[in-house]
Order: sequence, then C-alpha cells, then structure tokens
Amino acid sequence: MSYTVKNLNEGDRELIAFRIGDQEFCVNIMSVREIRGWTPATAMPHSPGYMLGVINLRGAVLPIIDLAARLGMKPADPTARHVIIVAQVRRKVVGLLVDAVSDILTVTEETIQPTPEITSELERQFARGVLAIEKRLICLIELESLFPETESEAA
Amino acid sequence: MDMNEIKEIFFQECEEQLAELESGLLKLNDGDRDPETVNAVFRAVHSIKGGAGAFGLDDLVAFAHVFETTLDCVRSNKLEPNQDVLKVMLKSADVLADLTNAARDGGSVDESRSRGLVKELEALANGELPSPSASAEAPAPKAAAKVAPAAPAPTSKPTDDSGFQPVPFSFDDFGGEDDAGGMPTYEVIFKPRYELYSKGNDATLLLRDLSRLGEMTIYCNTDDLPGLEELDPEGAYFFWNVTIKTDKGEDAIRTVFEFAEWDCELTVKPVEEARADATSNDELPMVPVPFDLSILDETGAMEEVSASDARETAAAVAAAETASNVTQIVAARVEKKESAAAAAAAASAAAQNNAAGAGQTIRVDLDRVDRLINLVGELVINQAMLSQSVIENDTTGTSSINMGLEELQQLTREIQDSVMAIRAQPVKPVFQRMSRIVREIADMTGKSIRLITEGENTEVDKTVIDKLAEPLTHMIRNAVDHGIETPEKRAAAGKNTEGTVRLTAKHRSGRILIELADDGAGINREKVRQKAIDNDLIPADSNLSDEEIDNLIFLPGFSTADKISDISGRGVGMDVVKRSIQALGGRINITSKPGHGSVFTMSLPLTLAVLDGMVVTVAGQTLVVPLTAIVETLQPEAAAIHSFGANHRLISIRNSFCPLVDVGRILNFRATQANPVEGVALLVESEGGGQRALMVDAIQGQRQVVIKSLEANYTHVPGIAAATILGDGRVALILDVDAVVGASRGQSLKAEMSLAAVG
Repeated sequence: MSYTVKNLNEGDRELIAFRIGDQEFCVNIMSVREIRGWTPATAMPHSPGYMLGVINLRGAVLPIIDLAARLGMKPADPTARHVIIVAQVRRKVVGLLVDAVSDILTVTEETIQPTPEITSELERQFARGVLAIEKRLICLIELESLFPETESEAA
Repeated sequence: MDMNEIKEIFFQECEEQLAELESGLLKLNDGDRDPETVNAVFRAVHSIKGGAGAFGLDDLVAFAHVFETTLDCVRSNKLEPNQDVLKVMLKSADVLADLTNAARDGGSVDESRSRGLVKELEALANGELPSPSASAEAPAPKAAAKVAPAAPAPTSKPTDDSGFQPVPFSFDDFGGEDDAGGMPTYEVIFKPRYELYSKGNDATLLLRDLSRLGEMTIYCNTDDLPGLEELDPEGAYFFWNVTIKTDKGEDAIRTVFEFAEWDCELTVKPVEEARADATSNDELPMVPVPFDLSILDETGAMEEVSASDARETAAAVAAAETASNVTQIVAARVEKKESAAAAAAAASAAAQNNAAGAGQTIRVDLDRVDRLINLVGELVINQAMLSQSVIENDTTGTSSINMGLEELQQLTREIQDSVMAIRAQPVKPVFQRMSRIVREIADMTGKSIRLITEGENTEVDKTVIDKLAEPLTHMIRNAVDHGIETPEKRAAAGKNTEGTVRLTAKHRSGRILIELADDGAGINREKVRQKAIDNDLIPADSNLSDEEIDNLIFLPGFSTADKISDISGRGVGMDVVKRSIQALGGRINITSKPGHGSVFTMSLPLTLAVLDGMVVTVAGQTLVVPLTAIVETLQPEAAAIHSFGANHRLISIRNSFCPLVDVGRILNFRATQANPVEGVALLVESEGGGQRALMVDAIQGQRQVVIKSLEANYTHVPGIAAATILGDGRVALILDVDAVVGASRGQSLKAEMSLAAVG
C-alpha cells in the first residue's frame, strides 16, 4: 500500500477504507496510528464476543476488537492474512481486526451522504454516513460509537 | 522557559530547602552546635524567602522573614538554641512547609497557627536581643507586646516585590517623627562589587529599601569611573555615600544589605565617627554628584534610570548570561573573598560544596524515566524472543551467535538494573515527614516522644515511597497515640518519661524492610481478644496464640466498631493500613511484648513496575499469580477433595478444610469445573486473612514480570489485576487474587463485568 502526499484543500478529509467480507468501510485517517498483521491474542475473561483479547504492541497492552462481530456481522476467523488497524479512540488505543485495507480516500464533506433509512438500529449507531465512489458503497464508521463514553472513561 | 516553569523549579528547590531546614533543626535538637549546621538552616529559610519574594508570595515572605530574623539571632550567638527554642523552630519549619504548599497548590494555612508562631519567634528574637534604648527607655511597650497577644505584630507585610522588608523589631512604639532630630544618624558607604550585579541584584532596590528606614541623603560617587577606553562594560564602578537618620539601629541598615553582604563593601558608622574618618582620609568624595532620590520611589524605575544605572543593569544581565556555571561564580567569589570574615568564608565554602553536589544530580521528569523503563522492558522481551528463536532455528548453535546473544543478555540485564536504579530514591523524605507527625501528635496528646530514624538512605522505587507515606503516617499516629503511654504512666512503670519511636529501613533479600518500633505498653491482648469476641470476629471459646491475637487488630471489623483508643494496643484503621501495604505487594507483621512495646514490620517490593510471579496455565491460557499471595503449592490427592453442597468442594490440608476455587471456571475460561486431581492447588491468603486453594492446570515456573496496565487501553477486568508480556511476546494476565477469592465467596465477577464491559 502506497501513500502519496496530496495537496489537501480546505474541508477535504482523508479516510482509510477497508474490507470486511464483501462490504467496504472507512474511518478517518487521523485516528489511525498504524496497520499491522494479525498475531494471536490473549483471551480476556468475561469479555463480550467481539472482544478477541489483547496483544502486545511494543510494550503496551492493546485490546483487539473483531469489527465484523462488533457490527453484527459474521465473526471473523482470524488468520495471518487478516489486518489490525491500530486506532486512537479518545484517549485509548485499540486494534480493529478487518479482512484487508483497500484504499486511502480523499473526500470533501459534501461527498458524505446520510445513512440510508433502511439500516437497522445497530448500523445506524456506528455509521456516520455513506460514500459512493466509483460505484462502490463505503460506509463511514464513527469510531467513538464503537466504544461508548462511559466505559472508555471509566478506567 | 515560562514563568510557571520557573515557579515550578522554585517550589522543587523549596522542597529541598525545607528538607535541609528540618534535618538541620533536628541535628541542632540532638545537640549539634556546628556553626555550619546553623548556617545551613539559616540559608534554607533565607533562600525560600528570596525566591518567594521574587514571585510575590507575600505570606511566605512575611513568615520566612520573621523566622529568619530569629535564626539570625541563633547564628550570631544571641540566642541559645535550647530545646524550647528548637521546638518553636521545628513548628515554624512545619508552618513554612505548609505555606510553601499553600502557595503552590492554592490551599490555605491555619492563620492562627502561623500568627501564633510569628509571635513566639519574635518574642525569642526580641527577648534575647535587648536594644539599649528598648530596655532602658521603654520597657513598657515591649512588655505590653508580649502580654497582649491580640495585638498583631506590626510587621510581616512585605513592602515590595523584591522580598525585602524592614526587620520586625517592634521599636516603632517610641521615637516618632517629631523627635527625628534626636535620632542617630549613620553614614553608609555602599560599594557594590561586580559579583552583586552578576547575581542579578540591583543596587537601586537596595537603596530604595534603605530609604524606608528614615530620612536619607544620598550621593552617587563616580570617582572610580575610569575613562571610556578602560571601561569594562561588566564592571561595577559606582558607589554611594548615604547619610541616614533612623531610629532602627545599625543592624536594620545592615539587614537591608543582607543579600548583598558578600558582594559589596559596606561601611555603616554612626555619623560622628564617619565625620572623623572623613576628615582623616580621602574616602569621601570632594565633589559629590547629587543622586536623584525620586527614582528610588518609582516602581518602574528601571526605565528612567540614569545612564549609569542602565549600564549597570546591562552589565548585570551580561554577566548573568556569561556566568552560566554556578560553580564558577562561587569559586570566583571565594577567590576574591580573602578579606571576608571567617564565617562568611565558611558559608561560601559550604555553598561551593552545595554547588558541587548539585552538579552531580539532575532533575528528570518522571514520565521520561517511565518511558525509558518501558523501552528497556521491551528490549528485555525482544532479547528473550530473539534468544528463543535462535535456539529453535539453530540446533547446532553457531558459537559466535550464541556468544553474542549471551553478551546481549548480560547487557540488557545491566541496563534494566541501571534504569530501575534511576527511579530508586532514599526513603528519607518520607521518614522526615514522619518526624513532623510525631511532633504534632505528641503535642496534641501531651506526650514526650523521641523519633529515631535509621537507614533513611535506603533506596526504593519512587512509587513505593509515595504510597508508603499514608500507611506509615497512620501507624506512627497509632504508635504515638495508643502505643506510648502518658509520661505519668511511664514514670509509674519505671520507664523513661520520654517515649521512643524507632523507624528503620533496610534491604533484605530483594525487598525493603521497614520497621516501626515503640517502647510503649504493647498490645493488651486480653482486651483485644475480648473486643474480637464482642464483635463476633472470633468464637468466644477460640484458643488463639499471642501472635494470632496481635494480628486480630488487622481485621476489618476490629476497627470499624466504636473507638478503641482506650485500649493500649492499636487498632484504629489497621485494616486500612494492611490493605494499602498489600496493595503495594507487601506484607505486614506485628510482634508485641506487653509493657515493652510493639514492633510493626513491613516487607515491601523495591519497585512496583516489576512483580515476582508464578506463571501458571489455566484452560490453555497463561496466567501470572503474584508470588506474595501464595502461601504454598500442593498436588491434591483424590482423598483430600471433598464435595460440599452442590457446587462447592473443599480440600483438606493438615486437618483443616479449605475451599477449592477453580480459576478457569471463575474467569469463565471453561464451562465446567476441572478435575482437581489433574491440576495443582495454590494455597493463597487473601485480604480478609482467609485461605483459599486456587486450582490451576499446571505451573510453568517462577518469573519476574514487568507490570503493564490493562486500563490504559482497555478497561478494568474483575479478577485480573494487570497484564504482562512474556518472553514469547504474548500478553499474559496477572490474577487479582483478592478478587478471585471474593468471587468464590459468592460475589459474581460476571455481574461486575457486565457493568464495565466494552459496548
């Protein structure tokens, strides 16, 4: 994956797009710290099903979320080909397990369309909007909504 | 560097000065009469006052000033530093510390306390410093000031932003404006040296302070000013001849120049003498240049100073810039100081020592050290991973690789030790804080207590030191309040009326051992036992050993009941103490001898970043159990396992039954209980003192692990204390033994978890 510095105009946003199954999603690039391969995680007791466990990120304990399961889709069966997007959500750093990273998008705010009304409560909760790019449908995910404030600030 | 940073540095220095002050006073209290000790104490207060003045901390300056004045009496042998004097001074040091903290954190200090001490200090200073006029002409006002405590001392208001103020001799009551004509007149020749400016002092400010003492005529003498071609831009060429009428005395005049006394030539003479001198030599200028006094009254004087002053200021700034090395200045000062008085020279030498000492330490932000420690932890793990993969991939073993690895291993271990040593600090500051607690409680309870500290240079991790203060304070309070008897009782028991509390720190087998011993009455076992029975903590017919009875005071129920301060043993909040010691990964023990006192022994880890753990396997997961919690490990036999009710099982160990706790089940790693016979039981002791047998599948070994926070990126997980990273780079969880044991009592871990769960 290559990244070239583009001249961003005022109001432009850069997003990282990734695949889960046959669907595409994206998150704000400013939240993404790094992208790395899957390594086996240590299971956490009493954790929700989408919580895969924790891994060692250069000395820090990094929780890994199966994003597919979190979004209510079929849980992933992680392999070495899977990718972890390390993202900063509020003051915490978490890893999101996805199938593959597909693109870096530069879009203007106007390109982001409101979430269609057919979506269920679950999707509406996480989706900030959708993007139509080259006949693809890409769902923009609001990372903060994956981790409610109360829990995040509890520690 | 902005103002706040400078202020922060000032407060850090204050802490050091306060420590210096207290240890100096304690030394004096122990009979040390070394003039250098007195000087050190004086210097500490003096520098706090100076710095506080610069930041406009008026309350601090005011108090420090009074304190300093009294200390000066000690320094000049006008006041004997006996026990009573030192008691006031130690209290003053406490208040000074409070004022400093209040100035930093914005809190407030009990004003009545500081005001009372100001009066005591002034009484000490005045009582031993009888000015001839004061005692002979006006004894009445002085006596009145002493007996009428309601009248506030006419002092302690800093008069300007430079931190200087008139000496608080309360002679204002006599000799008003009208008899100014009869006031003694002094001739002051103030000749600054280059060093005065290089330290950032300003002659103008000194003269302005002088002008507050009385009516004054001032001439600037330019005789020493060389021609322009010889002019050293950093030189000091001007001096001032001042004639001042004041009733404050020669000492007050000298006090104005106190800060500068080593950096200028100062002559203060009553005027007749001065005139005589003037006629006999050419010291006085023939044609004095009038010096405009009005600039002294302007706060913004700097802008409109005459050309000469501007030059001096520039010189001072330039000098300050070039003189980046403190030691150099001190050395230079000492060199040029040959003519100075012996005391001054000694003080300079000490300052030089201080400067040299300061050169050997640096102040580092704790975050940076933590980052370094973290990185080194990574290095250690990486090195272990590397070693492991080399072993796996290369069975024959190339000797050069193996040798390199071995060296790397040694180096990383050495780096780790050195880095850990950075965080290590002597326990001294905590111990010193305790001496204050002892003083306060002793005062409150009317007991006479002597605190002896030993091994205060024993080093331990900073976080341990920080967390040690609270339980230690608690225990010291108990020791003084309940442990040590009243002087009358002590006398009746044939003991020294002065009680002794001994606080000791030492290293033992990789841990720090802190001992708190008192020579009080010891624990009254009969009362403690009765109390425990009354509170249903033990059955009435239980047969406990003395040791077991002593340890009852750590039980939670023991202290939450009504006050037991009438019991000669302790008990108030000891469960809290025990818990905080355990939270530190430590243990606490008590031994008591009726009539001879009690000894509390705390054994603590040297650092909180590293933990001794037992690495175990549970349902395919690797867990770490803190070694401090484990009493023993055993391989259960089928015959020793007994079912109890539907879900409970007990294991019999030496004829007593201990509940079995399946760790894998409690943590929800497996749905059904494992067969105990196939696993290993870890006998643990938990918070409440109860024992449990934790069942794990296998023990992998014992290891020191670096503790990593789970909360930083995840959330608190019931049953899990923290995480660590093993040699293979994987994360292992550290078991929270107390929580697991608690859960086995029926409190569900899962219920707690559902509240805290992600999403």
